[in-house]
Amino acid sequence: MLSINNLHASVGDKPILKGLTLDVPAGEVHAIMGPNGAGKSTLSYVLTGRDGYEVTDGSATLDGVDLLGQEPEERAARGLYLSFQYPLEIPGVPALTFIRTAVNAQRKARGEAEISAPEFLKKARAVAGSLKIDFEMLKRALNVSFSGGEKKRMEIFQMAMLEPRFLILDETDSGLDIDALRIVSEGVNAMRSPDRAMLVITHYQRLLDYIRPDRVHVMSAGRIVASGGPELAHELEKEGYDKYVRAAA
Amino acid sequence: MAAVKETVQAVAELEKYEHGFVTDIEQEFAPKGLNADIVRFISAKKNEPEWMLEWRLAAFERWLAMDEPDWARVSYPKIDYQDAYYYAAPSTKEGPKSLDEVDPELLETYKKLGIPLREQEVLAGVQGAPKYAVDAVFDSVSVVTTFKKELAAVGVIFCSMSEAIREHPELVRQYLGSVVPVSDNYFACLNSAVFSDGSFVYVPPGVRCPMELSTYFRINAAESGQFERTLIIADKGAYCSYLEGCTAPQRDENQLHAAVVELVILEDAEIKYSTVQNWYPGDPVTGKGGIYNFVTKRADCREDRAKVSWTQVETGSAITWKYPSCILRGEGSSGEFYSIAVTNGHQQADTGTKMIHLGANTKSRIISKGISAGKSSNTYRGLVSAHPKARGARNFTQCDSLLIGKDCAAHTVPYIEARNGQSVFEHEATTTRLSEDQLFYCRQRGLDEEAAVALLVNGFVREVLQELPMEFAVEAQKLVAISLEGSVG
Repeated sequence: MLSINNLHASVGDKPILKGLTLDVPAGEVHAIMGPNGAGKSTLSYVLTGRDGYEVTDGSATLDGVDLLGQEPEERAARGLYLSFQYPLEIPGVPALTFIRTAVNAQRKARGEAEISAPEFLKKARAVAGSLKIDFEMLKRALNVSFSGGEKKRMEIFQMAMLEPRFLILDETDSGLDIDALRIVSEGVNAMRSPDRAMLVITHYQRLLDYIRPDRVHVMSAGRIVASGGPELAHELEKEGYDKYVRAAA
Repeated sequence: MAAVKETVQAVAELEKYEHGFVTDIEQEFAPKGLNADIVRFISAKKNEPEWMLEWRLAAFERWLAMDEPDWARVSYPKIDYQDAYYYAAPSTKEGPKSLDEVDPELLETYKKLGIPLREQEVLAGVQGAPKYAVDAVFDSVSVVTTFKKELAAVGVIFCSMSEAIREHPELVRQYLGSVVPVSDNYFACLNSAVFSDGSFVYVPPGVRCPMELSTYFRINAAESGQFERTLIIADKGAYCSYLEGCTAPQRDENQLHAAVVELVILEDAEIKYSTVQNWYPGDPVTGKGGIYNFVTKRADCREDRAKVSWTQVETGSAITWKYPSCILRGEGSSGEFYSIAVTNGHQQADTGTKMIHLGANTKSRIISKGISAGKSSNTYRGLVSAHPKARGARNFTQCDSLLIGKDCAAHTVPYIEARNGQSVFEHEATTTRLSEDQLFYCRQRGLDEEAAVALLVNGFVREVLQELPMEFAVEAQKLVAISLEGSVG
């Protein structure tokens, strides 16, 4: 599904990703863990096509098709979704309006018909219910004066509405209390399916108790320096990143 | 939602100023230049009574003694008032008696602009859809006014100003110049001398006008100024909602538009006045050409509990210089001002409002949204004042500016004067830049750049769009998006 090969990327003159290679097959959940400054968020921005992140070498493909030459919205329409670490506020635009505009923009890009209003609302109600989001909140401007936890829940809500094929969760657990963490994780787990894959970026093992990964990768200094099964996350929790940071340096 | 989608489509379809075409019809001009004879010529052309001519000539005398003001944050080369035409009209020997006598080219023009002039066409529309009575002003003259009969049945007078001067002199003499006096300011004074046409509305006591009234102004002739004059009177307990729309062809020289709008609101009456101004803004790259939109608009809440609301969407013109104002004279009267001013390319706007609280317990509310892009400059200038008798006056002002790109400017210049101790004035202001982060967030969700800008900007102006009549809100939303096209990236 997602295949990254020897990826190098810079922000300004500063190289951040230095030869990162990673494969995430369909149906799997992979976690990326690593210390601050390892380049985890940079990886998510490079994959989604944010301005200011320059790819200097390597490749990234989704289902065998090059990602890096495409506009961010083209990647989105092909099913790439990023749950932001810091979701943005969109003043004056009700959450429902925003999401419906996004759903239809993606459908249009894929040559599909627009979603009908009743169908959209029915789905929105169901998803909101499962994420314990008050439907009234969806009529307010997206993320404006939402709490940190509410914003993260809205990211998962959008994800469920857009039904992407490849999900990147960037520090989704930050700012969540235990109850919210459980609800958000259930939302994410509900999206697991044989033809979908996820990349879960996190500092802490805690999230991985709820969203169980098939593989865990350690990232340091812009590369994957170790990979293993779920047990690797526990080992990191106990021993820290020290030995990987030293090995990468 | 539909509106957002339409905006996105409109943006995709349009690449430049949509109304920049010129209509090729025979026109009649007054000789170039400005002197007392030109004033007489205009008055004679319109078969005006003697009192009207005298009024004009007196205004012209006053104007000669006045100096052009220069305090606004706008700059333009000195206007040569002798190098313009002050009267241009589609040439017909007599005014058209019905639409069938109107030049087909002209009807075509309005059709291109999407303005229905044939009542049967309007009526043939969706059942139950709101009706709009239209007065179409082409250069200096009113071409046609629709739904006059239906309005007359409830006593509403809706006609061109020229017709009102001839048919309803008692109303015109009583109210013309009573809100904006002849010598109020340089451009209003010029207008008083040479105004050509405009709309006149009178809503009698207790009557709620059964439909939206609207006027479409179009400048077509080259090197001509447009000086229209609008007067609306809402008698005791009356209500009307009025909308004006403006467009002009694309021309290399600047054209002056100096209109005067006067609203008179009596006891318990209400007027809602909306403007969607889309004059040609000039070349987006060189800044050449475009309309100078120097307009005086004022409402007088003359009696108790009178109410007025100005809503403006200003996307066009090379320079916009206007302050739709409210004189809150009657006790408990209220004024509202909702504004969206968009500047792009080399446009300049210095606009805002004046809320003059004269009576006790008067209320006012100002919501201003300025959007600057390209190399443009956008200034909000507003005055809120309470006089000694205006005890219990209240004002709330919110001024928000949105910057798109690095070369534009936004300024906020509020003047606040409270001359009694029982007034409460609140002022809030924000300036924000359309952030790369927000744009990327929208694009990650699947919106392309233009759609993302349109969505974010529409969110920014939403509070004001809600004040416009439904159909015009959609129109205005499109306009805002089109005006900002190509402003990022």
